[in-house]
Amino acid sequence: MSVERGDSFELYRWLYRTMFTIRTVEERLARSFMAGLIHGACHTYVGEEAVAAGVCAGLTDDDAVFSTHRGHGHALAKGVSPAALIAELYGRETGISNGRGGSMHLFAPEIGLMGTSGIVGPCILQAAGAGYSARLLGNGGVGVAFFGDGAVGNGAFHEGLNLAAIYDLPVLFVCENNLYATEVPFSYASRNPDVASRASSYGMPGVGVDGNDVLAVHEAAIEALRRARAGEGPTLIEAKTYRTRPHAEGMGLTGVYRTEEEVAEWREKDPISRFRRRILSEGTMTASDLDRIEADVRTEVEEAEREAADSPWPDGGTADRHVYRETV
Amino acid sequence: MTEKTFTEAAREALSDAMDADPAIFVVGEGAGERGGNFETTAGLYEKHGPLRLCDTPICERGFIGMCTGAAMTGARPVVDFMFTDFILDGLGELINQTSKMQYMSNGRLKMPMVLRGCIGIGHSAATHHSGSYYPFFVHIPGFRVALPSNPADAKGLFATALRGEDPVFFMEHRHLLNLKGPVPDGEHRVPFGQAAVVREGTDATVVALTVMVHHALQVAEELSGEGISLEIVDPRTVAPLDVETILASVRKTGRLLIVDETFMPCGIGAEISAHVTEHGFDELDAPIKRLNGAHVPTPYSPSLERAVVPDRTTIEETVRELLAE
Ligand SMILES: Cc1ncc(C[n+]2csc(CCOP(=O)(O)OP(=O)(O)O)c2C)c(N)n1
Ligand SMILES: [Mg+2]
Repeated sequence: MSVERGDSFELYRWLYRTMFTIRTVEERLARSFMAGLIHGACHTYVGEEAVAAGVCAGLTDDDAVFSTHRGHGHALAKGVSPAALIAELYGRETGISNGRGGSMHLFAPEIGLMGTSGIVGPCILQAAGAGYSARLLGNGGVGVAFFGDGAVGNGAFHEGLNLAAIYDLPVLFVCENNLYATEVPFSYASRNPDVASRASSYGMPGVGVDGNDVLAVHEAAIEALRRARAGEGPTLIEAKTYRTRPHAEGMGLTGVYRTEEEVAEWREKDPISRFRRRILSEGTMTASDLDRIEADVRTEVEEAEREAADSPWPDGGTADRHVYRETV
Repeated sequence: MTEKTFTEAAREALSDAMDADPAIFVVGEGAGERGGNFETTAGLYEKHGPLRLCDTPICERGFIGMCTGAAMTGARPVVDFMFTDFILDGLGELINQTSKMQYMSNGRLKMPMVLRGCIGIGHSAATHHSGSYYPFFVHIPGFRVALPSNPADAKGLFATALRGEDPVFFMEHRHLLNLKGPVPDGEHRVPFGQAAVVREGTDATVVALTVMVHHALQVAEELSGEGISLEIVDPRTVAPLDVETILASVRKTGRLLIVDETFMPCGIGAEISAHVTEHGFDELDAPIKRLNGAHVPTPYSPSLERAVVPDRTTIEETVRELLAE
């Protein structure tokens, strides 16, 4: 969803709607999880919406996004409908992958969503690959990897950033540093607390941004996309943020390391209410504009949920389809 | 037909495919200007340049993952591993990503990726440069595995892999790389899943893979002097596996030996023998036999190395045992 730059009304409306959609879908999914409607794991993106929205606002359908286990926000921001997403988590025929994938395998290649993932790390390498094919085929596309702080210690981070750098690939590496990998603090997992600084080891720019400030994220992404599209190579963006729900639904909100106080502190920095205040103070939109967006989104998500719940199950006889493209 | 080595024949398939399809690119350590450790890409860099003949750092996981992403986005990567042993550094990418991408995406993504590498025991290469490992990949849904045993099949199977839409392992045995043979000129494709009966016979069927095809043929030639008639079947691809041709042969001979240099447990021999007992039990006049390389890491010293690989002597012994049953 590439939004015309310079038109802050359109941009703000898109960002606000996208963030609010992610929030509303995630909170709906959390209730659905408790009700037993979701059959596998469900990692929500609550608190981190500004990252997906801020980056994806600069992308077109030809840009390829490779996401994580916590990928509903990326999918929605890339343009997957709440209906197709919820139905997939419900395991239904109408889901985005006809129920083959679930939460961690959401694909919509026609709009450049190249998958959420159950494995931490590979998205970094695959985004480099999308950058490689963009260069090879000359199609102007950009590869974008979203990944958590947990992926930074993984070999894929090193290999992927290095490969993208040496071939000058059009790639954005977007680290969503929410301070924890499940329960392991990043401060424990790394002697260097700063992810962005690692970029210099690979000879690429590294940019740290406030991941709860959607406009700051967007600005960093736009500059990185400009570089990528101009053939200047990859950029590493570190968006510092926080998840204000548990690692996965059904787990504890706090744990061995996270405290109630810390969660409360970050709730104060909520990216959506923060953007709302900003919009109102700038006067770009009125409170009733924003309320109308919220009401629309709530209706859309409730309808999507009902549709998903009423959708048929996929036929078990189709389970062996799509293993191979070609039959022998 | 022109006489070519195995490597030349495969390179011709690659060169033709690269001329026809600008989305094909090759990555590997030395695959660029150097022309490949085994001359797999010799002469192609001059023609196609560094983006299509891409030298990589030593990061097998990294470039497998990168090529997976490239295949997802419209390119057709060929990964040149030099030695298949090095694939193991990228197994997670291959098995969790490459093989499953089409399925996870509900058939909306294609995965036209070719993974090639040298396999096989010999030249005192020892245990980090002699692995074959193809049974792993046969076990995984989503992969194709081609094991050419001669130059013509090297060209034909590679051409099929390069034009296909699914991920293919194309594995080249070290003892075959310089083998010469007649190769069809121009367009030549060998379809996957079609075994070749490389010698007809009536007394026993020997299914042999890659270099073992040649040993089995020599044994068959020697035993023919004693009036023993062996039928030799070369599956050519093990995923998919042409069970029908093997069953048809066993119907004729009533006896089956499978010769494979790789390990016996959960191997290709086990797979073939399960199919034959399930679908051809009544055709068997004797229990099926398997002859494999020893279930040990590959040793270095020539005398130790020889001891772990099936050869003409052990094949002949096993054939005699099979016929005596
Ligand atoms: C290779 C791999 N190892 C372990 C896991 C299990 N796992 C799932 S999420 C997660 C933590 C990831 O943390 P981070 O990357 O920071 O993302 P976050 O959950 O904080 O968004 C772990 C260890 C996995 N999915 N993949
Ligand atoms: Mg994290």
